[in-house]
Amino acid sequence: MSKQILQKIRFLCLLTGTLFVAATPAYAATASAAADGGAGYPWWVWPLVLLFFCFILGIVAVLAGVGGGVLYVPLVSAFFPFHLDFVRGAGLFVALAGALAAGPGLLKRNLANLRLALPVALIASTCAIFGAFLGLALPVHIVQICLGAVILFIAVLLAASKNVERPTVTKQDAISAAFGMSGAYMEETTNEAVPWKTHRTLLGFFMFIIIGVAAGMFGLGAGWANVPVLNLLMGAPLKISVGTSKFLLSITDTSAAWIYLNKGCVIPLIAIPSIIGLMLGSFVGVRILAKAKPKIIRYIVIGVLIFAGLKALLKGLGH
Amino acid sequence: MTANQNTVQASPEQITYANILSYGAWGGIALMVITYLIYITGLLTPHIPLHEVPNYWGMSADQYLHEAEIGRGWGWALLLGKGDFLNFLGIAFLGILTIIGYLMLISAYIKKKDKAYTVIAVLEVLVLTLAASGFLGSGGH
Repeated sequence: MSKQILQKIRFLCLLTGTLFVAATPAYAATASAAADGGAGYPWWVWPLVLLFFCFILGIVAVLAGVGGGVLYVPLVSAFFPFHLDFVRGAGLFVALAGALAAGPGLLKRNLANLRLALPVALIASTCAIFGAFLGLALPVHIVQICLGAVILFIAVLLAASKNVERPTVTKQDAISAAFGMSGAYMEETTNEAVPWKTHRTLLGFFMFIIIGVAAGMFGLGAGWANVPVLNLLMGAPLKISVGTSKFLLSITDTSAAWIYLNKGCVIPLIAIPSIIGLMLGSFVGVRILAKAKPKIIRYIVIGVLIFAGLKALLKGLGH
Repeated sequence: MTANQNTVQASPEQITYANILSYGAWGGIALMVITYLIYITGLLTPHIPLHEVPNYWGMSADQYLHEAEIGRGWGWALLLGKGDFLNFLGIAFLGILTIIGYLMLISAYIKKKDKAYTVIAVLEVLVLTLAASGFLGSGGH
């Protein structure tokens, strides 16, 4: 028992230490970087630090059960000398690449469901275009303040929301029935087929308007909002909600990513190390997941989000 | 309503879509790695020299396009022969992948005479194509 506790403490120390090591060069350089935009360093320093930083973010995101984009945008915009436009552009492609890579496995296992995803994806991806334009049109300090507020909201959501494994849906509503938003999946732990259907579809559709705008405006990805809406509001089982949410990002983020790309918000020296770092980190994270205690890591991530949210707020307020 | 909607098996169109994503996503990521290596090793001359990039990444995107003399919208496509913009091949491919998947879905839903999902898939292709077209992104901000 005591050996197990020691192992857990050692793992937590290692994780916290790695996070610290990853953040320190970025943090230490932030002061001078703010003054010269990071131009005082050889060109390769920031992409290399970014690659390593995103690798760690990828591990932490998997362990905490959050998308990479939701950690990427607030942390990179806080600690790296890049303009928010480029951070949001890269953030969308980070979320898009992760969703595209995870999508096939989820679709084949029927954990992501096309009949559930397609109607809400149409709403979210259309609204993500408006969100992208809104985010790029507003003054950057206003976007920073809104980003800070959204990140703090996400931290509260992660701390407070209690997802339900299999919500009870007594009656499928008319819209859900018309779209055939129902199905079944194999619960591998009990080897049983779990049928599901949704309800409160109209309200769910409305929520995806807000989710789409937020995804486009901040380049965050939107898994943090997709899952509670699909699970708690529309009544989809948790596994279907998580799987469909991840797949949904590949559609929602595509529309916003194109707006950012065509608006010049993608610099390869920032975007490519971010995508590769986070993807490599995700693979390592999945392997560590079997040995880790996700609950404690989730609390660490909530703490990091509160810190990043406050930092974005203060940055927006000119402090 | 599809025949296999309440079975645990994914529908045939869902499997085909998954296969398109699977090959496409990993192909796109591999393309990104290759073009990035070409870029940072200097095999192809970039539009913006590597050591000058830090002078640009602190600017807003609008200012960056102006200072670096890059066209708006699909202006980047004219610079694909440059080391830095070569990377946009892999990036843009990831952006096109969902549209390719939806084109397959339209065909599958038409065959199944599933009118609602055919309309949804057609509308999605229109939305994504409009976003990708650059018509919306060609103005300043």
